[in-house]
Amino acid sequence: MTELEKLAPTLDVLCPMHLVLSDTGTIAHAGPTVQKLRPDTSLVGQHFLDVFDLKRPRAITKISDLRANAGTKLHLQLRTPPQTEIKGILMPAPVPGHSIVNLSFGISVVDAVADFALTSADFAATDLTIEMLYLVEAKSAAMDASRTLNLRLQGAMIAAEEQAFTDTLTGLKNRRAMDHVLARHVECGTRFGLMQIDLDWFKAVNDTLGHAAGDYVLQNVARIMVEETRDSDTVARVGGDEFVIILPYAGAQDVLYNIGQRIIDQVSRPMMFQGDVCRISGSIGMANYDPKSSKTVAEIMDDADVALYASKNAGRGRQTVYDPAMRDKVVIANDPATPEVAEQRSAGLF
Amino acid sequence: MHGLINRAIQCFVVDSYGSETWVEVTRIADLGFVEFESMLTYDDDVTPKLLDAVSHVLKRDRDEVAEDMGTYLVSHPNVEALRRLLRFGGVDFVEFLHSLDDVPDRARLAVSDLRLPGLELQDHAPGQFSLVCHSSIEGYGHVMMGVLRAMADDYGVLAVLEHAGSGDGTETISITLIETEFAEGRSFELGARAG
Repeated sequence: MTELEKLAPTLDVLCPMHLVLSDTGTIAHAGPTVQKLRPDTSLVGQHFLDVFDLKRPRAITKISDLRANAGTKLHLQLRTPPQTEIKGILMPAPVPGHSIVNLSFGISVVDAVADFALTSADFAATDLTIEMLYLVEAKSAAMDASRTLNLRLQGAMIAAEEQAFTDTLTGLKNRRAMDHVLARHVECGTRFGLMQIDLDWFKAVNDTLGHAAGDYVLQNVARIMVEETRDSDTVARVGGDEFVIILPYAGAQDVLYNIGQRIIDQVSRPMMFQGDVCRISGSIGMANYDPKSSKTVAEIMDDADVALYASKNAGRGRQTVYDPAMRDKVVIANDPATPEVAEQRSAGLF
Repeated sequence: MHGLINRAIQCFVVDSYGSETWVEVTRIADLGFVEFESMLTYDDDVTPKLLDAVSHVLKRDRDEVAEDMGTYLVSHPNVEALRRLLRFGGVDFVEFLHSLDDVPDRARLAVSDLRLPGLELQDHAPGQFSLVCHSSIEGYGHVMMGVLRAMADDYGVLAVLEHAGSGDGTETISITLIETEFAEGRSFELGARAG
């Protein structure tokens, strides 16, 4: 029995993924697991560098260089499919001229066990491969469970947001909340004033100064509207730059008018955002809901909308109380100067 | 109690007896919901209430139900992942038995807040073991009986199991191996894609 043959049974158990190379680089013995990588051909007799492509260190191309660099970590790849990447280390064997290469799958182990149908018996008892495979499976299963939970929570969050009554940007009520408030007032037979408010030139702020500036303006406007109204009033943001204020038990029309005017005055003041001046204004359309009249809330909303349209047509930055006559004629702007200013502003000249 | 435990009970009832039975169980246990989340934690008193409700609805002894649940956990295709994780414990049944001591640690590696009851294997003579289960939940020993029975089948081993009593928060199962190559057993590929 040669020295090599005496060594083989020990190495086969301690490192089943080893190869013994002759001085020319021919494989003299292959461990049982490494032989499984090429189940159809015997590795013994083939040249090591014909079976494995040495990716790193790149400088090494000959077997003599490999021996001179014994102990270096080797990055190898099988030359024929499946081209599994393999780590290796080569050291001189106790038999003159021979070397031993021990191999390991490294991170490619998950695919490799499947590709080569490996079992626990193919790894040394001290090898952590089985534990690693266990962890990969256990973690994947735990991850799947977590993902399921996340999807469910995400669904629940979306549902909750839909049900929520608050506009997250401004803290005002949203359209959904407004509908509830309107329905409650109708149920209780409460008389109320309704303002539809659109911001003028808001789009220009958003377009020229960015969304952060736009958000800042909206928050400011929201604060102004809340400050200028009573606690019993409802301020809602119902669109990008569209607001509705519901003013229950509002007294005379001039009280509503004063509130509207204060809001317009306040929002028309230049707002500073990070050194830039944001100029907007507000147009208001007003209508009144009277439980004694036969008009529905939807009709009142529409009336306020018509009045709002009239304000815009009349040059913006103003308020209009609904009058049935507005439906019969096209409202012509009565202030020829303002639209020009509007045009200049929307062209970004401010 | 970790959601995985309660979820396991839910899967057992749904897969074995149908979702209507499960809804009935949640009603009897007065849960107020029907779905357990694997990755959430629930109050400790939910689990015993749940087990009592299952036993009540199925009109079966709680120990018997527990053992069925153990068998289910290892043999039902819907929970194949668990069987695979247990099979990683050993190449043969005896090695598997010895790996049971590590089960709580292995579980914690996978899910860090999962605390499984302690298990302790004692060797008496060749083929003669006993498994001591330390559990706060009464009946865990019976669940383990079911698990061991199914795993013995999985490895193709003929074993006699006996619940050898409980006390002081522990339950003991005596295990006698009759034949180690009794049947073919089920295959276990490391790479689930292979084969």
